[in-house]
Amino acid sequence: MSKVTKSARKALIGLAAIFVVMYGALAAGVLTGSASWTPGLALDLAGGRQIILTPVLEEGASQEIEQSDLDQAVEIIRMRVDASGVAEAEITTQGNNIVVALPGSPDQSTVDLVAQSAQLQFRPVLVVGDPSPTTVDEAQTDATTEPVPEDSESAEPVESATPTPSPSASTASNVITSADTAVATATDASASPSPSPSAVTTEGLIATQDDDAAEDTTSTAPVYGETDPSSFEWLTPEVQAEYSALDCLNGENYGGRSMGNPETGYSACSSADFQKIAMGPVELTGDDIETATSGPRMTQQGTLTGDYEVRLDFTDEGGAKFDEISQRLATLESPRNQFAVVLDGVVISHPQVEQRIPGGEASISGNFTQESAEQLANQLKFGALPMSLEVQSNQQISATIGEDQLQAGLIAGLIGLILVVIYSIFQYRALGLVTVGSLLIAGAATYGIIALMSWLIGYRLSLAGVAGLIVAIGITADSFIVYFERIRDELREGRSLPSAVDHAWRRARRTILASDAISLLAAGTLYFLAVGGVRGFAFTLGLTTLIDVLVVFLFTHPVMMLLARTKFFAEGHKWSGLDPRQLGREAMYKGRGRVKSTPSRVGKADGSGVEESVGGTDAPSDGLTLAERKAAKRRAEAEAAAAPAAVATAVDDDDKAASDSAADAADEDGNDDDGDADTSKEGKE
Amino acid sequence: MASNLAQWGNKLHSGETTYSIVGNRKRWFMVSAVLMLISIGILVGKGLNLGIDFTGGAQYVVPNVETTSPEPAEEAVAEIAPGQEPRVTTLGENDIRVQLGEITSEQQQELTTALADAYGVDESTISFDQIGPTWGAAVGQQALQGLVIFLLLVFVVISVYFRAWRMAAAAIIALIHDLLFTVGIYALSGFEVTPASVIGFLTILGYSLYDTVVVFDKVNENTRHFDSQVRYTYAELANLAVNQTLVRSINTSVVALLPVSSILFIGSYLLGAGTLKDIALALFIGMAVGTYSSIFVATPLEVALRAREPKIAAHTKKVLELRESGETEVARTEDGSVRVGALKPGEHKGQGAQPKRKRK
Repeated sequence: MSKVTKSARKALIGLAAIFVVMYGALAAGVLTGSASWTPGLALDLAGGRQIILTPVLEEGASQEIEQSDLDQAVEIIRMRVDASGVAEAEITTQGNNIVVALPGSPDQSTVDLVAQSAQLQFRPVLVVGDPSPTTVDEAQTDATTEPVPEDSESAEPVESATPTPSPSASTASNVITSADTAVATATDASASPSPSPSAVTTEGLIATQDDDAAEDTTSTAPVYGETDPSSFEWLTPEVQAEYSALDCLNGENYGGRSMGNPETGYSACSSADFQKIAMGPVELTGDDIETATSGPRMTQQGTLTGDYEVRLDFTDEGGAKFDEISQRLATLESPRNQFAVVLDGVVISHPQVEQRIPGGEASISGNFTQESAEQLANQLKFGALPMSLEVQSNQQISATIGEDQLQAGLIAGLIGLILVVIYSIFQYRALGLVTVGSLLIAGAATYGIIALMSWLIGYRLSLAGVAGLIVAIGITADSFIVYFERIRDELREGRSLPSAVDHAWRRARRTILASDAISLLAAGTLYFLAVGGVRGFAFTLGLTTLIDVLVVFLFTHPVMMLLARTKFFAEGHKWSGLDPRQLGREAMYKGRGRVKSTPSRVGKADGSGVEESVGGTDAPSDGLTLAERKAAKRRAEAEAAAAPAAVATAVDDDDKAASDSAADAADEDGNDDDGDADTSKEGKE
Repeated sequence: MASNLAQWGNKLHSGETTYSIVGNRKRWFMVSAVLMLISIGILVGKGLNLGIDFTGGAQYVVPNVETTSPEPAEEAVAEIAPGQEPRVTTLGENDIRVQLGEITSEQQQELTTALADAYGVDESTISFDQIGPTWGAAVGQQALQGLVIFLLLVFVVISVYFRAWRMAAAAIIALIHDLLFTVGIYALSGFEVTPASVIGFLTILGYSLYDTVVVFDKVNENTRHFDSQVRYTYAELANLAVNQTLVRSINTSVVALLPVSSILFIGSYLLGAGTLKDIALALFIGMAVGTYSSIFVATPLEVALRAREPKIAAHTKKVLELRESGETEVARTEDGSVRVGALKPGEHKGQGAQPKRKRK
C-alpha cells in the first residue's frame, strides 16, 4: 500500500471512529433511557411560551446590573417555576436579557410568577424548628417532652426541646459581626466555633412561644412600629398556623412563595440548613444595603484565618437602623439573637448577633466555603438591587404552527439538497457524487452532534437553527467546489490527476480554512452578542462550519486521493468530471516527451472520438510525441481552412471539433509554464 | 451546458478569455455608487417596514381557519380592545394573522379566547406574540453593536491573513455595500423587517466575506511574486484572478442559492410568512448581491486601494514604461485590453524562455 493510500485510509478510519463514538454514545444514552434519537425541539417548533424579560434598574440607582445578578435572577425564576410544577422550563440569560421558555400553554399565574420581582427582607428570628410540618399540638409535645435523638451536639440537656435538626445546626449559627472588630469575633468564633443554639434558652423560648400562642396573642395584637419586633407577640395564630403547616422538606417551598406582609410575622424555610423559621416583621429591606462581597476572612494582623466571610455594606440609613437592631438582638437569647435574611420567600441566611454592630459594615462568618460565601454575597447583592423585570416579549406558539414550520423546513431542506445534488452531478459528473457523499456525511455528523448536545447540554433545535442548517448546505458544498475547481485548474496546468489532487489540496486547504475561519468568526460574534432566534441560527451555522472542515479533511480529500488512483478518474473518463479533454487538454503528459491520450471509447462516435481522428491519432498510446501530434493537428487545421465551405455544409460537427481542438492546442501552449511541453520545441525547429 | 461552462472555465483560466473587470473598475464603482445612493435615499425617504418586534404591539396567528375573512377578527378586536386598528392578513392557505398595537395582558388573554371563538378553532392552537415598545430598539442596538465588533475582528483577521490591511478594507467596504444594498431593496419593496430578517442580514455578512476571501485568496496567489516580472501590472494579475475564480463564484452562488430559494419557495407557498421565509428572503437578496460584489466591487476596490502602495505604484509605472518603449510585449484581446498569457496563441517560447547564453 502506498503512503498516500495509507494516509487516506487512516483519515477515513478516523472519521469512522468519530462516527462510531458519536452514535455509540447516543445509542448508549437511548438504551439507558436518558437520550433520544431525535434532537429536542425549541419552543418555536414544539410549541410553548417564551417570555423575554429585561432587568430594569430604578432611576437614580447607583448600582449596575452584573452577570452575577442576572444569574441570581435566573436562579430565583427557576426556583419559582420549578415550585409551580411546570416541567422542562428553560431559563437562560442572553446578553442582558432573561429568556424563559415554558412548554405547553401555561396559565397567566405562571407567567405572572416569572415576571414578579424578588425582594430582600431582614426579619428578626423568633423560632427555629424542625423542617417537617407539625400541628401546634405536636409541636408542643415535641418541644416539651421529646428530646430529638439524633441531635448529638446539644444532646446533654435531656430536656432539650430544640427542634433543630443537628446535621446542619452549625451552618445555622453563622455569626454576624462588625466588619471593624472582625479580629475579636474571629478569635471568639474560632475559640468556640459556632455555638449551637443553647438548649436551655431555646427551651425557654419555645415555652414562651407556646404560651404566647396558646393564650396571649388573641388579647394583644402586635402593632408594627410599636411592638418590639423580636417580641413573641408577632407569633399570632395566623403565623403559628402558617409555621406549623410549612413543610421545609418540600421543594415547592423554596421558590415563588409570597413574601408575606412586611408588617406582620412570617415564616419561611432556610435554604442554608433546611430549617423552618418563624420571624417578626420586616426591619430592613434590600434598599438598606449598598452591596455585599465575599472573601477570605483575615485577622487584624492580616493573616488568613482559613475560612471565608461575607461582608455587608449598609447604606447610611440602613447602617443606623442595623446598629439599633444589632444592639437589641445581641442582648437576646438564641435563636432570637439571630436575624433572618429572606430573599424571595426563602431564608438565605440567619446569622446570630453577638454584639452591637455600628458603622454600617458587617461581616457574616461561620463555616462558609469559598463558593457558599460567594453565593450568599451574590444573593445579598442581588437583593440590594432596586431592579424590576420588564416583560419585553411574551410569545405563545401553538404546537400546530410549530409542527407546520418544522415540516416545511424539512421539506425545504430536502428539496434544497436534491437541487444541490442535481446541480453538482450536472457540473461535476462523477465528482458530483463525492459532493453528495460529503454532504451526506456532513449531514449525518451534524445530526449526531445535535442529538448528542440535545441530550448532554440540553440544546434545543429552533426554527432559526433549521434555517441555519439549510443555508449550511450551500456553504458546505462550496468547500468542495473550491477544491474541485482547484483540481481542474491543476489539470489544466497539465498535471496528472494524483499530482493535481496533491497540489490542489495544498492551495484549496488554505482557502477553505481561511473562509471557514471567517464564517466561524461571524457565527461566534452573532452567538455571543445576539438574543433569541439569532443565537440558534449562529449556533448551527458555526457548528456546520466546523463539521465542514472535518468532512473536507477526513472525507472529501482522502476519498479524492483514493479516487485519483482509480482508472476511471485517473484516465479522465468522460463522466468522471475530470476529463482532461474537457478541461482543455486532449492528452495527458506521461513524461519523456510521451503523452497518453484517453482510451478511445469503442462504438461512441461522439465529439471526442472525432477530435482524435482529426488529430490523426486514432489509436490510443500511438507513441507520438507531443510535437508530432501538434504538427498533425496543424496540418489538419490547414486542410480544414482550405476547404471551409465544403466542410461547413457537409460535416458541421467535424468542423467544430477541429476548431475546438485547435483552440485546445493553442491553450495548452499559451498557458504552459510547467515545462512539460517544452519538448515541443524540438518538433518545431 | 456543463461542458460549456467547463470550457469557458478553461479559457478563463488560461487567460484566453478575459473580462476586464479590474480595468473597467471605474464603471463598476459608478454602478455601485449609484445603487448605494439610491439605497440610502430610499432608506431615508421611505424607511423600512418594521415588524411588530421592532415597533411593539401584539400579533396573533390563528391556524387552519374555515373562513379567512377578516370580519370576525375585527369584531373581536373592536369589542375587547376598542380603538385598536387590527391588520388582518391571510398567511398561506388557511392561516390568519392579526396585528395590533400594544395591548394589556388581560386584553391579550381575552382576545385569544375571542379569536378562538370567532374562527371556531381550539384556543391552544392560537399563537400570539406580545412585544414591548423598547424591545426592538434594544435588539437593534445589540445587532449594531455586534456588527461593529464583528467588522473590527474581521478587519484584523483578514489583515493578518493576507498581510495587507487594504485588502481587509476592500472586503469590509464590499460587505457594507452588500448590506446596504439588501436593506435598500427591503425598503423599496416594503418587505417587513422581522428579527428573522435581521438574522438573514447578519448572515449576509458571513457569506459575503466568505465569498470575498475565496476570490482574494486567488488574487493573493497570482500576485505573490508580481514584482519578479515586468510584463504585467498588479492590476492585470488581479484581474486574471477574478476571471479564474469566475466559474467557482458562479457554481458556489448557484449551490448556495438553491437551498435558500427552496426555503423561500416553501416558506411563502406553504406558510405564507414566518421565520423561514424572512430569513430566506434576506439571504436570497444578500447572497446574490454578495456574489456580484465579490467579483465587481471587492477586487477592483482592492486594486484601487493597493495601487497606492509605493511598491505597487513603482512596479506599475515600470511595467507601463517598458511596454511603451517596446521592450516587453504583451498579448492583447480584441478590445485592446491586456491579456495575461502567451504572446501569440499557440506559441510557446520553449527554449526562448531560457536565459540566453553569453556570446564569447
